[in-house]
Amino acid sequence: MAETYDIERIRTFVAVRRAARPARRAALSLALPLVGFLLVAFVTPILYLLVTAADNPETRTVLPQTLVALEEWDGRSTPEEPVFAAFAADMKAAEASSTAALVGKRLNYELPGMRSKVLAAARMAAKMESGPYRQAFLDKDRIWAAPETWAVIQRNGARLTPYYLLTAVDLKQSPSGGLERVEPDQAIFLAVLGRTLLVAGMVTALTLILGYPVAYVLTIAPKGIAAVMMLMVLLPLWTSLLVRTTAWVVLLQSDGVINSVLLALHLTAEKVQLIFTRIGTVTAMTHIQLPFTILPIYSVMRSIPATQLRAARSLGSGPTSAFWRIYAPQTLPGVVAGCLMTFILSLGYYITPALVGGPQDQMVSNFIAVYINRDLNWGLAAALGVVLLVVTLAIYGLFLRLVGADKIKLG
Amino acid sequence: MTGHPVPGPADALVRFEQVKKSYDGLQYVVKDLNLDVAKGEFLTMLGPSGSGKTTTLMMLGGFERPTLGRILLDGKPVERLPPEKRNIGFVFQNYALFPHMTVAENVAFPLRYRGIRGQAAAAKVAQALGRVGLETMGDRRPAQLSGGQQQRVALARALVFEPSLVLMDEPLGALDKQLRERMQVEIKHLQTSLGITMVYVTHDQSEALTMSDRIAVFHDGRIQQLADPQTLYNAPENRFVAGFIGENNTLPCTAVGQEGGLQVVRMADGTVMRACGASGTDLTLSVRPENIALAGGTPPAGANLFSGTVTDVFFLGDHMRLSVVAFGGQTVTARIPVAAARAFAPGEVVHLACQPADCRLLED
Repeated sequence: MAETYDIERIRTFVAVRRAARPARRAALSLALPLVGFLLVAFVTPILYLLVTAADNPETRTVLPQTLVALEEWDGRSTPEEPVFAAFAADMKAAEASSTAALVGKRLNYELPGMRSKVLAAARMAAKMESGPYRQAFLDKDRIWAAPETWAVIQRNGARLTPYYLLTAVDLKQSPSGGLERVEPDQAIFLAVLGRTLLVAGMVTALTLILGYPVAYVLTIAPKGIAAVMMLMVLLPLWTSLLVRTTAWVVLLQSDGVINSVLLALHLTAEKVQLIFTRIGTVTAMTHIQLPFTILPIYSVMRSIPATQLRAARSLGSGPTSAFWRIYAPQTLPGVVAGCLMTFILSLGYYITPALVGGPQDQMVSNFIAVYINRDLNWGLAAALGVVLLVVTLAIYGLFLRLVGADKIKLG
Repeated sequence: MTGHPVPGPADALVRFEQVKKSYDGLQYVVKDLNLDVAKGEFLTMLGPSGSGKTTTLMMLGGFERPTLGRILLDGKPVERLPPEKRNIGFVFQNYALFPHMTVAENVAFPLRYRGIRGQAAAAKVAQALGRVGLETMGDRRPAQLSGGQQQRVALARALVFEPSLVLMDEPLGALDKQLRERMQVEIKHLQTSLGITMVYVTHDQSEALTMSDRIAVFHDGRIQQLADPQTLYNAPENRFVAGFIGENNTLPCTAVGQEGGLQVVRMADGTVMRACGASGTDLTLSVRPENIALAGGTPPAGANLFSGTVTDVFFLGDHMRLSVVAFGGQTVTARIPVAAARAFAPGEVVHLACQPADCRLLED
């Protein structure tokens, strides 16, 4: 009897699943276009970014014969003739296909000066009919005698390299293979990351201080006034980021509106440096980010009944105490959501620090742009992108752990 | 009746004196309110929405300030006293429990402002929760409770600091009918056993009739009638009260004279009826459906007799509900006990009777 009962239950279960199938398919087909779009436009670029941050194709494609010959090398002394012969053959091919600059640039990241030396070696190899090559290279430049040079070439024969990711956090591989800090004069990225977090934190704090009271007034104001206020809150969102930032440039510059007013009112004796400063950057970013902090707080505040404060008052609590003990804790989900949104968006700011900030206000994104646009060092740009992504996810995860997913309400 | 003047008894806990309230400076939502609430009394303010009852309660609670007039609490004027200094328990329409606190923390909330902490507070919280039958629920969050349980927590929270006066703003509005009726009995029990003065606002007339010592019927910013439930039901003073409390047939008529202490009136179609109450020219005769009976073979002496055409018949278990067109186009509703009823067909002419004592004449 028990068996028939179990079979009956399984049949029922299957029937229920089957009956729900059309609805499941319909739901899936509705979500499918967006899923496809996200795969193409979001997931793929991030995967590509992760790969680019560790990809290491230059040495492998330009010096294939050298890498094979180096397998026999003892790693301590200057390599023997076969390695140099293979190197010369690779260099000849590189000179012919103009790829010597590629590998030169790549080796230059780890051994400064290598770019010009590789180019010179390629030109020399192209002119040589036959060997012996070893002495010729050693005569050309002593760098080819150094085992470190060949060690770097050998190490970069690997398909993937930790070099970019390590550089992005101011670390490097020591000759022995361990990790060590880069020289202080080259260590910039941790400072940039710290600065990025600091600016994002300042912007978040400012938007909260300025936005919380506004959100509260929005919830208690009469309908007409609230609508006008809401329009003013939303207006910045409807203007282009570039236009708003340019407007701040106009306002903040040395002969700008703010300085003129300060001088006219005799508040300052001389022009104040506002543009290209931290103050300017944080001010402009705060203005742009305000709606992102205000809106989640506002939507949570709206869901708190007005009777909550009245109840607290009737039970003996004064207005201030009622606010802090009853109202403020209930707005916490909105505060966390708004701050998280502004903080994470601020981490990726690019245009505003670039136009309003000084050299000391450039954030991680600005360095990514420099490596992509000017230095054509996509590997390091991608590695910085990965670091930013990891930090962002870590902060999001930390918030989730600290306050709980149910405590974050966007609306 | 307006501005019901109540001579001040010595034991009045609350007194409204000539209180007026206007939000916009153009219109008064409360017009010239005079009202005394005695110590230990259960007073209900009953009326439709917009009648001024909730505004009156909010002024008493300290959330609105009267535009004119005085409110005395225990003989002291309190118009300018903020709510937290009034020591009044308040139960709100949707309970207003604090969702981020447990039930016990909610109930303990008023105690911390009265310097009661630790063991003493815990004992008071346990006692208050026990009073409403929720002793085991202290650790729950309000969201984990049913509507009825939340209502009880709100009650416990309003009572835990032993206020002499408790105000309630439609506290049972969100509950279903059965639970509402049970809570009415529980609240009434608590009020009498603790000897609290209670001012209760509702738009539900049966709730008001069940619980109150006295009911103030509000309409248009004024108290229309202030009386105990029985008087209010049996002797409404005007058309509004007659129409608002229970079901009533209100029929236009004109006075033609007096006869043996009763007024004689002529209905729209010329039928002459006798009734008690006001005299005047434009009158309304009010009679409750349950006071209209079928006129059998020998109608009782002195009864008003009239006839009409049946339009609708409904069977409602213990009684039948008859809609009849009489007096030249007026719809009259009658409740006929099933024992006295027979089969009715729409279109048939029925003869009905009602006692003059059950017919009240009201001025418009």
